[in-house]
Formats: sequence, structure tokens, C-alpha cells
Amino acid sequence: MTEPEEQRDEAGLDDRYAVPPPVVPDADPARSNGHRSAGPSAPAAADQPGDVWDQRVAGGLAFLRRRLAGDYEVDEFGFDPELTEAVFHPLLRRLYRDWFRTEVSGLENVSADGAGLIVGNHSGTVALDALILSTALHHEHPAHRYLRLLGADLVFRMPVVSEIARKTGGTVACNPDVERLLRGGELVGVFPEGFKGIGKLYAERYKLQRFGRGGFVSAALRTGTPIIPVAIVGGEEIYPMLADIKPLARLLKLPFFPVTPTFPWLGPLGMVPLPSKWLIEFCPPIPTAHLVDSADDPLVVFNLADQVRETIQQTLHRLLERRPDPFGP
Amino acid sequence: MTPGGSQSPPGVVVVTGVSRYLGAHVAARLAADPRIDRVIGIDLPEPGPEVGGLLDQVERIRVDAGSVGGLLADLDVDTVVHLALVSAPDPQHGGRAAMKEQNVIGTMQLLAACQRAPRLRKIVLRSSTAAYGASFRDPAVFTEETEPREVPRGGFGRDILDIEGYVRGFRRRRSAVTATVLRFAPFIGSTADTTLTRYFAQPVVPTIFGRDARLQFLHFDDALEVLHRSVVEDHPGTYNVAGPGVLALSQAIRRAGRIAVPVLEPGVSGAVALARTMGLGRYGLDQVDLFVHGRVVDISRLEREYGFTPRSTAAAFDDFIRAHRGRAVVTREQLAVAEQLVLDRIRQVRAAVRERS
Repeated sequence: MTEPEEQRDEAGLDDRYAVPPPVVPDADPARSNGHRSAGPSAPAAADQPGDVWDQRVAGGLAFLRRRLAGDYEVDEFGFDPELTEAVFHPLLRRLYRDWFRTEVSGLENVSADGAGLIVGNHSGTVALDALILSTALHHEHPAHRYLRLLGADLVFRMPVVSEIARKTGGTVACNPDVERLLRGGELVGVFPEGFKGIGKLYAERYKLQRFGRGGFVSAALRTGTPIIPVAIVGGEEIYPMLADIKPLARLLKLPFFPVTPTFPWLGPLGMVPLPSKWLIEFCPPIPTAHLVDSADDPLVVFNLADQVRETIQQTLHRLLERRPDPFGP
Repeated sequence: MTPGGSQSPPGVVVVTGVSRYLGAHVAARLAADPRIDRVIGIDLPEPGPEVGGLLDQVERIRVDAGSVGGLLADLDVDTVVHLALVSAPDPQHGGRAAMKEQNVIGTMQLLAACQRAPRLRKIVLRSSTAAYGASFRDPAVFTEETEPREVPRGGFGRDILDIEGYVRGFRRRRSAVTATVLRFAPFIGSTADTTLTRYFAQPVVPTIFGRDARLQFLHFDDALEVLHRSVVEDHPGTYNVAGPGVLALSQAIRRAGRIAVPVLEPGVSGAVALARTMGLGRYGLDQVDLFVHGRVVDISRLEREYGFTPRSTAAAFDDFIRAHRGRAVVTREQLAVAEQLVLDRIRQVRAAVRERS
């Protein structure tokens, strides 16, 4: 991984609000432009020890050159770690830290390596909670793990959105992909409520919806991967959905058409999420290695899905008590 | 089965489609193998100048794959390698109708002839990863068991599905014959000339706006190797054949030093359809679908059964770039020079500002 990651390692977990070191995408800028220190302007830059701006400019240019020359790797799902690390995570971190003031607990339940299936509650009209969850894992976890999110096929139907989803490590929610990712030792993030979760009204907030057919459970069972339930509080208040205009949704071929206090009244301004306070808690993992043979037993699958659902619901209630004011500090 | 398969070199091998690039190379390679007694190439058109020299060691019979009829029985053929597929309609030679005639009807008739050939032991068919179709609900990586979710819009994809259907029927009727179906990723290499290599050879390359397809290529030499092994060893079944690893379309274009021009998808499909009806253009909906959805396959079965891994997609593409470097618009060296120039310029400006303050 790149240099800033290692530095953040030393920063430790409690130091959440510390300003992260500058993101220099190239771990070794001197390598890519060999005569850097011998350049005509090098003495001027060198008289200040550790000229941060010079490093940033050189790093940024090297990054740009690598992007333009195609000198990077993508995996078979289309995940582009370099782009995610250098562009998407810094943007999301702003939202995560400064806008939503997110607090994370239970990170010790996510292993530093090895596969895990992270199952969360879905909310918020647009699936911002998935992105914030992946930021939390990458930013706060000691191993800076990437979360491989699963998206509905609607996500992959849309141009641009589908491209970004794949580049940041997402893929279509289907069992072959989940099992392939889990066998590869990845952390996979899934929201079994799907559109029922993000498209519910504000009055229904923090009430878990039905968990589909439990396909995520059978994928975990088949690969013997632990299931880690996660409760996310804060997502429901960012776009409080007051009504759903169903005919319009049908016309636009969307699962729902939201009306919030600001959308569509304020136009593009209505797209700005309200600054709620976010709490994320990872629950203890549920081991599944002993159940590998029961992957096709519907009873086992449903019971396990229920257990996950109950765990998330109870954790949500507990977190909500800790946060009396949704827009508090 | 152990890697390498059982050793049972065939006596008489028939290769179809020898007037074309792939067929000619395969026939020449098999003819050069001393373990094989006799290689017979069949095709209707006279081979072009670029492959003519390859076929000196190959007996040729000018008949199309569909009308082989009693030929297979008369010649005591024990292996048939069917390569006579057309991947894109050629307006000069009958367009899409002729393409379908050759792909689907040709394969059907060849398989019918194979069924009546008493000595036949093995049949090797060229297929394509287009067999997986293209849908938004597709898994990211196809294994041989993945069923296509939607019938492809492109002609070649539909032909491939039909052809594989006939092979399934053939397997049921002649279960003693070893049938090997090779689903090839698009070929690339220093000399191969395909729709995709022509596409990447242009200085300005059209792409689909908002989509960045994941692509896999197969080096032409690796395709020859796999076909050769399929003939001299026994590997019944269907295999994905592709270079491991993935290149995004945008990444491939940048590596080749070309310029991408994104165009809107609905417009592309319309334009492609219009060009087709007017008899123009070599691109079909097959290419549009590939560039919207991308296509990545799992090759672990090939690696396991053949004991062979093709060179990676990136390496195969590099080989293509090296051969077509002359026409690159932006080279790696130019980018490095530009980077250094900008960096020096910024440092000079900053140094000047600092001196003044």
C-alpha cells in the first residue's frame, strides 16, 4: 500500500479527528522522475525541510501521468484500488468526518485479514450509508480494509453510476459474485433490505424491513464465512422521506420517488444531505464454518437471517438511546 | 483427468476455415507436428496472400464446411477442428445473411456429417465468450456453467448460442466422440487482424459514455497452443480460454496511446443499426454490448485440465501495442516529459514567489 496508509497506522484509532497526512499517491516520487533532486529548482525547494507542497505537486503529477498512461491495475470485478484510495476515499472522508461526525465502535469484530460478510440496515433514500460504512472501515480499521459493496442491478443499469460502482469495488448482488469475493478473502458489504430499506418513509425510521430470501446467508454458509451484523444510525435523517410519489416512480422506472422537506422543492439544493449525527457499531461475528453443509437448508438459512436481523434491530435501539438528538454534536 | 490428458495422437485431421487467418495457422501448426499423419484443410475461398505460404504442407480441398457430406467417411477422418466461423458481417460477401449461413447452417451440416463418420473420435469447436450474452444482472466473472440471462442482441452472440446448442445435441447422439468446445476471448497479438485490433489501431477510438467495460484478451499464439493441445490430447468438455487478468477499456485505450471519444449509448445502437442496414461499418451490436457490459471469464478449468495458462491479458495487449506503436497519439515518454516540464515550471514559479516575499 502507499505511504500515507502506513503513517495512519501509527496514528492509532482514538486519534480520529487528527488531520491525516497529505495524500501522496505515489509511494516513491523520486523513482518515477529520477532526476528530481538534480533539477534546476531543487535547491529552492530543499531549503525548507520536508516541503509538503512540493511533495504533493510531484505526487499529484505522477498520479496523473500513471492514470493517463493506463499504468494501474484493476481486478476482475473492475475494482481500481489506486483511484479509490486517491480520489473517492478522500472525498467521502470529508462527508464522513466533517458533515456526519461519525463515531464507530466494535471494529475489533472485523478481522484484519480474511473474508467477512458485513450485513447492515439500509436507509436514507439514496444509499449513502453504504459509502459511509466503507469509509468507516477503510479509515478507522487498523488494516484499512476495503469493503466490497453489493448493488442492485439498477445501479449497474445506469451509466456513470455503474462505472463508479465497479471502480470503487462494488459488484452486482448475486451469489456467484459474493462467493467469489468471499473465497478471495474480501470483506463484502450487503444490505438485505434493498430498496425496501432505503425507500421507507421517515415515520418508519430504524424499523428493519423484510430480509428477502436470505441469499446472503447461503453465500456465507457455502464459503464458511463469518457474518458480521452492523447497525448504522444517522442514515434515516439525511433525506427524511415524507411521501413517495408512486406514479412518477413508475414513469421513471425507479423503485420510488421521494419527497423530502427539501426535495424536489429546492431543486439541486435538495440533494444536500441533512447533517445528522452518525453512529456505526459492528456486532460480534456469527461463525458459519460449522454449517457449510446446511447452505441449502431453508430452515437454517431463515433462522440465521432472523438472528442477524434481530441483532441489528437491538443494536439500533441501543445506539438510538445514546443519541437523543439526531442533529446533536 | 491428469494435466496433459491421455496421449492419443490422431491420424487424419480435418481443419475447416483454412483460408482465414486462424484456420491457416492452426492447419500449418498441426501439419508441422510429426505425430499427426495427415492434415486436410477445407474451405471454399482461395486463401489470401497473407496466409498462402502457411498452407504448403496442408492438403486442401475446396468445399465449404457445410457440404463435407461423405468426405469425412471416405477419408477415414478421426478428428475434426471446426474454425470456420465469421465474427462480423462482411458487406462485400453477403453481409449478415451469409455470416449466419456459414456460422449456423455450416456448423449444423458439419455436425450432421460428423455424426455419420464412423471413424470419428474427436471434434474440436471454436466458440466464443460471447456465449454468455450480456445483461446487467450478469455476475462479474463467468464460469463455464453460467447460463446466459438474455439472448444477445448481436448476430455473432446469437450464432454462438445456436452453435453450442447443436454441439449439445451432437454430444447426446454420439457420446463416444470427444467434443471439445473452446470459448475464446477476443484474439489479440502482434499480427492478428480482428475487429478489435482494428478498433484499437485507430488514433481516435469511440467508447460508450459512462461505461468502462472490463475486457479480456487472448494472445493469438496461446489460442494456437490450446487448439493444438486439444487435437493431440483428449479434453472433453467446454473451456473458457482467455488471458488471466483484466483491462478496463479506458485503460487499454490509454496504454495504446489512443484518444477515447465517449458517445451516448442509445445513439450508438441506433447508428450501428443504421450503418448495418446501409451496408457500412464493421462494428455490430456485439461490440456495443461488449463495451457496455464487459466480459470476464474464469479460466481455472482450462488451467487444471490442460496444465496451461495463457499469457495475461495485459501482456497480450502489450504485444499488440508494440506492433502498432507507430500510430500512437500520446506515448508514455511524452507523458513523462510533460510531467517533468510541469513540475519544473511549478518549482520555478514557487521559488520566484518565495524570493520576492
